Amino acid sequence: MKFAVVVFPGSNCDRDMYYAAKDALGEEADLVWYQEANLDGYDAILIPGGFSYGDYLRSGAIASTSDIVKQLRTQAEKGIPILGVCNGFQILLESGLLPGAMLRNQNLKFMCHFENLVVENNDTLFTSKYQKGEVVSIPIAHHDGNYYCDEETLAKLKENNQIVFSYQNNPNGSVADIAGIINEQGNVLGMMPHPERAVEAILNSDDGFKLFQSMLENWRERYVAGA
Amino acid sequence: MKLVKVHITLKEGVLDPQGKAVQGSLNTLGYDNVQEVRVGKYLELTVTDDANIEKEIEDMCNKLLANPVIENYSYTVEEGVTQ
Repeated sequence: MKFAVVVFPGSNCDRDMYYAAKDALGEEADLVWYQEANLDGYDAILIPGGFSYGDYLRSGAIASTSDIVKQLRTQAEKGIPILGVCNGFQILLESGLLPGAMLRNQNLKFMCHFENLVVENNDTLFTSKYQKGEVVSIPIAHHDGNYYCDEETLAKLKENNQIVFSYQNNPNGSVADIAGIINEQGNVLGMMPHPERAVEAILNSDDGFKLFQSMLENWRERYVAGA
Repeated sequence: MKLVKVHITLKEGVLDPQGKAVQGSLNTLGYDNVQEVRVGKYLELTVTDDANIEKEIEDMCNKLLANPVIENYSYTVEEGVTQ
């Protein structure tokens, strides 16, 4: 399986994401610079965290206008799995690939610590190796992770089972304790917590590893005949 | 040249933790009469004359300058100084 990790100016979790795919999971991965990237031919696209364009205007807003987002849209329509973590999630929201927006954390603080997440939906390309209701420990590291959407959107998210992860103890004020959501089609996942920072026991948790394993398993089932 | 002044504000009902902190500070300074603060953004755009300027500004606001999920915008177009 071949992963692309899209690197923007100001991305800072790109190496961790690359490590998760390449070293922890043992699959192929490329770090691709946003201006030069050709996303054709990749089996999954990872959009890492960081502070693309210094979070100018709004987190993810400037990155969402770059040409690579047009490619993301094309790949998303084709059904290619796209995972956006932290700033990657913010970019997916700003580009409209996922509904809603991010506000500053309710306590106005940048927070960096482990959080317990509840797996709300394990029937996705990204979470099939988890149990529904399983509690996993995955770190957050953000200032603008207070997810917001209007009531109509929230009702839709609930109805379609699009809330994939929720916080057990909401750290940032997110609507409905939302930590991660998926698109209706089921191939674009955005989440504030960092699964790539929890792929080995030495990192204090390997609870994020199953997310990458799920992606791999689903890819194998879909594309590798007889696997 | 035109000078476009764009104001971006959080929608009603969207919590503004930053505004709340500013309000708290003003109250601490003794300005007890401050009941609410909402923090927004102000941008100045210098734009060449264009018949469609209002339509364009609205497009810019919807596509980038404001996030319609959480923000409202308003703008004025004034005569700018040619540089």
